Amino acid sequence: MSLSENTTVDVKNLVNEVLEAYPEKSRKRRAKHLNVLEAEAKDCGVKSNVKSIPGVMTIRGCAYAGSKGVVWGPIKDMIHISHGPVGCGYYSWSGRRNYYIGDTGVDSWGTMHFTSDFQEKDIVFGGDKKLHKVIEEINELFPLVNGISIQSECPIGLIGDDIEAVARAKSAEIGKPVIPVRCEGFRGVSQSLGHHIANDAIRDWVFEKTEPKADFVSTPYDVTIIGDYNIGGDAWSSRILLEEIGLRVIAQWSGDGTMAELENTPKAKVNLIHCYRSMNYIARHMEEKFNIPWMEYNFFGPSQIAESLRKIAALFDDKIKENAEKVIARYQPMVDAVIAKYKPRLDGKKVMIYVGGLRPRHVVDAYHDLGMEIIGTGYEFAHNDDYQRTPHYVKEGTLIYDDVTAFELEKFVEAMRPDLVASGIKEKYVFQKMGLPFRQMHSWDYSGPYHGYDGFAIFARDMDLAINNPVWGVMKAPF
Amino acid sequence: MTDKLSQSADKVLDHYTLFRQPEYAAMFEKKKTEFEYGHSDEEVARVSEWTKSEDYKAKNFAREAVVINPTKACQPIGAMFAAQGFEGTLPFVHGSQGCVAYYRTHLTRHFKEPNSAVSSSMTEDAAVFGGLNNMIDGLANAYALYKPKMIAVMTTCMAEVIGDDLQGFIANAKNKESVPADFPVPYAHTPAFVGSHIVGYDNMIKGILTNFWGTSENFDTPKTEQINLIPGFDGFAVGNNRELKRIAGEFGVKLQILSDVSDNFDTPMDGEYRMYDGGTTIEETKEALHAKATISMQEYNTTQTLQFCKEKGQEVAKFNYPMGVTGTDELLLKLAELSGKPVPASLKLERGRLVDAIADSHTHMHGKRFAVYGDPDFCLGMTKFLLELGAEPVHILSTSGSKKWEKQVQKVLDASPFGKSGAAHGGKDLWHLRSLIFTDKVDYIIGNSYGKYLERDTKVPLIRLTYPIFDRHHHHRYPTWGYQGALNVLVRILDRIFEDIDANTNIVGQTDYSFDLIR
Repeated sequence: MSLSENTTVDVKNLVNEVLEAYPEKSRKRRAKHLNVLEAEAKDCGVKSNVKSIPGVMTIRGCAYAGSKGVVWGPIKDMIHISHGPVGCGYYSWSGRRNYYIGDTGVDSWGTMHFTSDFQEKDIVFGGDKKLHKVIEEINELFPLVNGISIQSECPIGLIGDDIEAVARAKSAEIGKPVIPVRCEGFRGVSQSLGHHIANDAIRDWVFEKTEPKADFVSTPYDVTIIGDYNIGGDAWSSRILLEEIGLRVIAQWSGDGTMAELENTPKAKVNLIHCYRSMNYIARHMEEKFNIPWMEYNFFGPSQIAESLRKIAALFDDKIKENAEKVIARYQPMVDAVIAKYKPRLDGKKVMIYVGGLRPRHVVDAYHDLGMEIIGTGYEFAHNDDYQRTPHYVKEGTLIYDDVTAFELEKFVEAMRPDLVASGIKEKYVFQKMGLPFRQMHSWDYSGPYHGYDGFAIFARDMDLAINNPVWGVMKAPF
Repeated sequence: MTDKLSQSADKVLDHYTLFRQPEYAAMFEKKKTEFEYGHSDEEVARVSEWTKSEDYKAKNFAREAVVINPTKACQPIGAMFAAQGFEGTLPFVHGSQGCVAYYRTHLTRHFKEPNSAVSSSMTEDAAVFGGLNNMIDGLANAYALYKPKMIAVMTTCMAEVIGDDLQGFIANAKNKESVPADFPVPYAHTPAFVGSHIVGYDNMIKGILTNFWGTSENFDTPKTEQINLIPGFDGFAVGNNRELKRIAGEFGVKLQILSDVSDNFDTPMDGEYRMYDGGTTIEETKEALHAKATISMQEYNTTQTLQFCKEKGQEVAKFNYPMGVTGTDELLLKLAELSGKPVPASLKLERGRLVDAIADSHTHMHGKRFAVYGDPDFCLGMTKFLLELGAEPVHILSTSGSKKWEKQVQKVLDASPFGKSGAAHGGKDLWHLRSLIFTDKVDYIIGNSYGKYLERDTKVPLIRLTYPIFDRHHHHRYPTWGYQGALNVLVRILDRIFEDIDANTNIVGQTDYSFDLIR
């Protein structure tokens, strides 16, 4: 498909036109996931967190991806077994750029792929015996491992394996946490249930079975970063700001995180949540069980960073509040210089976003800071509470698409002609072929960090280089 | 804290520079000492050294259960790749939806191209009741939205474990008018717990051919002069398939590639997104039944398919990712034999130029020790080429490699004096290779992007010559097959060798006497 010459688009009409292509049953179902944001709306008016329609090319992943790929995988001093056939671990091997510091293969294992590599006999006779052996071998070859998680792939739940029994037995034997996670890919409707299952596994198999370190000394300024996977170093460029305002980040969940940090988290004074979607469950649990309040924050772009720093500081004493102002002031000249440099090149440019987690809303103001405009946004695996949080960021008339299909996104982009599409690797080349600048907003297109003030400079530079590269100008042959 | 920030609008620091700044270094140190509760530096150093030892290698090779950094994926991605080489074909993966997201992502990261495939999005209820409704609705939706000429169905392990019957389901869906009765919907069961991506490739090609050729044996099928060629799962397919077609053109042979992804995985950027492009047409696929012979470029990708071709009365010939001078010679001689046409003078000329290039550069490769890993066929072809260059393949490793494959590799090694220190490691993984390299050092590693971790740990330079290549761009657009392909491979190896020599001789006043202008 090539781009049309439309400049003004009747978005409501566009949605109906696009839906025309579906068989009736699917058209009715998809219609509920597409909407144009109305003024003063309380939510986006779309249905969410329901099954994807077969055969439409959903962009979603699975529960395993949500647990191993997102939540557990980045915990660096553990080994995460992709339990089942070889593929799941292979495809998710080193795919998410969860940065960490460690000696890989010796005291950290983040960019390695461990699998029980199920064969037919394991399916027929069960894989528990093999799992015992896998754990023994891991413990022998990697003596510094501080915990092991068992990430279930589809067959595990179908063949009736008892991985919990194996986990209990092996944990007692090796004297380290062994955590079974029932994140089989067919569970739920997207990666989202995998996040939830992974959170529950931390609740049941870390909090219930371990204690904070005995020598851990608390301070009144102890906070955690929850729901930052340190993609391209995001958690680091966030942590540095929290430390600068005088707080002590006692745990990172889960980018560059460790088992000890998980265990010590109940000692926090407040849990700070970046990706609400993937980790609100554990924050709510800690609120109920340990009476730890939690707060959402947003470190994309200077407006939100400043607002978040002030909100966070407001939970602490005057010293922290003063520090927050000092930190905001300290970075302001750099922010001003970034905006002065890039805003003239980006002002008024239109963006369509389609990603997962928190970003379909959280990155919006970072674009606004650069004078850019969001004309469409949507989530891969949001729930209703995400869509309730979205109108705060986007304006009336924005096209909203939930679990968009490749077909719909292509048609919407074709008709609305944004200046930039911000989505994932599966979408990238589709839109570049159309001649549209594109940035991957899962992996930061191998750049980043995008969080924090240091990250904003990179973000601004990246949006500029995407939109203003000369390659778009030579696309059409002169003959 | 100083007031001077490291980050600036003038010179934006990227992650690889930003995090080396002192404020971040201090932050990392503090996180480590106060919060991580890790092991002491001495302990980490001790264990690190131990992982490089003979003792560790013995324990590592005694592994029976855990697989670490394997060189194989699962069947459906191979099946998907195979299907995408047919014109207008949409792969339809029956089972859990996350798998498809993974396959598309993996192929896209290598080819830097869009990759289209759909899933039947089976969830928990389908696990209980079976995925028939998902098939019925899924085929209808895929057909209506993406207007394919063919839908090729394959399975994830979920559908295999619950035992969904593709043949019955597809017939059922056609009865429900999901797609027209005469619309081609070939299929292959592709359980992830059997074999790997190369077996999935085989299953899908056989599935598609079966769809058009029929299941029954017929040794008396009427024949034409055409020769079929099945490339196999190949990360260099874009360059290679085009090179094969060029060679056939020089020959004047009617060569039909069965599953040709070269255009589909290399579409132009001209303002138009092509969801499908090129590929073997349905007519060509039907006609291919009457070819006098079928050549497989990768034996282990086509075990069942070649048997099937035999049952249709075709002569078959199999290669193991033929590369280099003699690898290409053998392929051309086979083409000559099957077609009755002599090898054209133009190709003989190319051969001479390749041999000339090797002669010009042989001093740099003679006696250099290599580790090679990847799919079984690639390992065989690469090993053979290295031997021809006077290099010494030492560790040859493939997780998909069988005992039979090990013997095949050994035979190749035994045929050359340069093969005497070589050994094949079938069913082993890259963590085994790490032990092998630490205990029996090589000069270079040939593999894919995953090998960069081996390069980091062992400091042995990596040459990326097989799928997947995520961290270097566009090499897949150049062939590795044919004499031209061999020249590309030669240059890639030589460049890495020269870069390595330069990098080891560039300290001013200490080692740079050898920083030679002319090499």
